[in-house]
Amino acid sequence: MNVNLKVKRFDPSEPTKNTWWQEYQIDIHKDSTVLDALIHVREYEDTSLALRCACRASICGSCGMKVNGSAKLVCKTRVAEVSPGGEQVVIEPMGNHPVVKDLVVSLDTFFNQIKRIEPYVQPDHIPEKGEYIASNESMENLLTAMNCIMCGCCVSDCTVLEVDDNFIGPAALAKAWRFVDDPRDSKRENRLNNLNNEDGGIWDCTRCMQCVEVCPKGVDPMDRIMDLRDSAISNGLTNSFGARHANSVNKSIKHSGRIDEFRLPIESKGYFNIKEIFKLLIPGLRMLIKKQSPSPFHHKNPNQSKVKNIFKNFEENK
Amino acid sequence: MKFAFYPGCVSRGACPELFESTIAVCEKLGIELDYKSMESASCTGSGILQEKNLKLGDTLNARNFALAEKSGLPLLTICSTCQGVMSQANARLLADKEYLKEINQELKSEGLEYKGTVDPKHLLWVLMEDIGIDKLKSLVVRELKGLKLAPFYGCYIVRPSAALKFQENPSRSTSLEEIIKAVGASVVDFPGKTQCCGFPILMINQKNAVNMVANHTSTAKDEGADAMVTPCPLCHLNLDAYQPEASKTKNEPINLPIIHLPQLIGLAIGIEPEKMKLNKHIISTKTMLSEIGVSP
Repeated sequence: MNVNLKVKRFDPSEPTKNTWWQEYQIDIHKDSTVLDALIHVREYEDTSLALRCACRASICGSCGMKVNGSAKLVCKTRVAEVSPGGEQVVIEPMGNHPVVKDLVVSLDTFFNQIKRIEPYVQPDHIPEKGEYIASNESMENLLTAMNCIMCGCCVSDCTVLEVDDNFIGPAALAKAWRFVDDPRDSKRENRLNNLNNEDGGIWDCTRCMQCVEVCPKGVDPMDRIMDLRDSAISNGLTNSFGARHANSVNKSIKHSGRIDEFRLPIESKGYFNIKEIFKLLIPGLRMLIKKQSPSPFHHKNPNQSKVKNIFKNFEENK
Repeated sequence: MKFAFYPGCVSRGACPELFESTIAVCEKLGIELDYKSMESASCTGSGILQEKNLKLGDTLNARNFALAEKSGLPLLTICSTCQGVMSQANARLLADKEYLKEINQELKSEGLEYKGTVDPKHLLWVLMEDIGIDKLKSLVVRELKGLKLAPFYGCYIVRPSAALKFQENPSRSTSLEEIIKAVGASVVDFPGKTQCCGFPILMINQKNAVNMVANHTSTAKDEGADAMVTPCPLCHLNLDAYQPEASKTKNEPINLPIIHLPQLIGLAIGIEPEKMKLNKHIISTKTMLSEIGVSP
C-alpha cells in the first residue's frame, strides 16, 4: 500500500530553523505498523530520521509517539488503522516530554515524576527466612497498575501536565496506587498523606480520560487516581479542596437529587476559608448580573426519599 | 420523535439559557421532550460521586435508566458530562450480569428494575443519527455564512470512546464539525477541541483550570474563530464565566463568545436570540451576531 507520512522533525544542532515538517511517500505492505513505515523511511529514504524502538512487540515501551494527534505505541498501531482511506498519517514526538531529536524524547522528567512516589515496596519487617508472600487475591486489585510498561503515552497526552509540569502525572500516580494497595507495604498512610497534600497530587487530575484512552496496556491511570481518591477519603483525609468537593456533591445529591451549584463552590473551599471564598466573589457577581448565578434556594426532586434511601443503604453497608 | 428528557443539573441551574434554547429548538425540529418520566431522576454523580463510591454512582444511574425504560422512550440528554457518566455506568452494568443483579436489588423497594435496554443519547448525536444532516440543512432559514466557529467537545462526549460507542457510530467523532458546516458556518480546527476545559478542577486548582481556558480560547481565536460551540454546559461555564480571568493570564482580552449547541442550531433555524438568552453570556455575543446580521 502507498502511504504519505508527515513527520515532525527537530534537530537541536540546526542553528536557525530547527523544527520543520517533512513528508515521505512510501510503499509498504498492507499489514505494516507505523513503526515498520518509519523504519522503512530511515533505512531507504532518509537516514537522518531519529526514532527509538526496541522490542517491536509492545513490551518495552520505547516507541511512544503521537499519531494523528494522540499518543500510541507505533509498533502496536497498523498504518491501515490510522489511515483507513489512504489519508496522510501525521507523526510527532510525544507531548509533555522534552524532545531530543525528531521523534525521540527524553524520559528524564518522566522518571523524576516516578521517583517522587518512592516506587518500591517498603515493608515494616524482614521475614526471618524466604520471601514476602502475598496471596493472589490480595494482589488482584493491582494487576491493572502492574501492567504499566512506562512508555509515557499517558503523560504525553495528559491535559493537566500541559499547563502544570508540577503535576505528578498519570503514570506515577497509577504506580503510586500499585504500592498504596500492596499488602506488603507499610507506608500506605504516609503515601496517601503525601499524595493528598502534595501540590500536584491526586486532586489535580481533571478526570479527562485522555490517559485511559491512550494507555496501550489497559492500566487506565485515571481509574487508579480515582482509587487513590477513594482511599484517601476512606482514610479520613477529608481536609482538601478535592475531598470537600466530592463530599459536597455526595451530600447535595443525597439531599435533593441534584448538585447544589450554589453551595458546591463554598463547601469545596471550606466555609471559613475567607481568602478562597473571596476569590469566588468576582465571577459570582458577574454571573449574578447576567442572571446566571445558581439560586441559593435549592429544590428537591420529586420522590427524592427513594434516592436518599439508596444512599442510606450504601452508608449502612459500607 | 419522542424522548424521555434528562436535562441534567446545570441546565436547570447555572446555564438556564441551555434549557430554554433546547426547548425552542426541539419544538421546531419536531423532537418531543417528555419531562414527566424523568422528573424524579437524580444527578448522574457527574464523575465526582464516583470518586467516593463507584457502585453508588452506578446504582443512581441504573435507577435513572429504569425510569426511562418504564416510560418506553429513548433517553435524551443535553449535557456531555451526563452523557459520559451515563455511558460509562451503562457499559459496566451491561458487562456484568451479576453486578446488574446486585444493583437491581437496591432498586427493588421502589418497584424498579433496570433490564439493560437503555442507550442514552446526547442531543448532538440525535441531530446526527435521528434527525440527520440533510433534514437539518433543509430547516435552515438563516445560513450562518461567514461565521467561523471552533468546535469544543470537551472530554465526556469523546472519551472513553468504547463506552460512547464511537466504533459503532463513526460520525460521532466529527459530529460538531458536521453540524457547524450544515448550518452554513465554517469550522476552525484547533488541537484543544477534545481536551479538558478545566471545569472539574475549577474549585480545586483554579490556576490550572483558568490556564486551560486561556489556552483553548486564545488558540481558537488566533486561528480565526468568531465563537466557540460546545455540547457541554460545564465546559460552557468554565470557558465563558472564567474567560475574564483567563484574559488576565494572557495580558489581553480574549473575548471569544462560547455558545451552546442548541443556540447554534436555533440561530440557523430562525429562533430569535432573546428566546435563547444569547444576551446572558458573560462574554458578549453581540459582535458574533452582527456578523450574521442579527441583533442580540
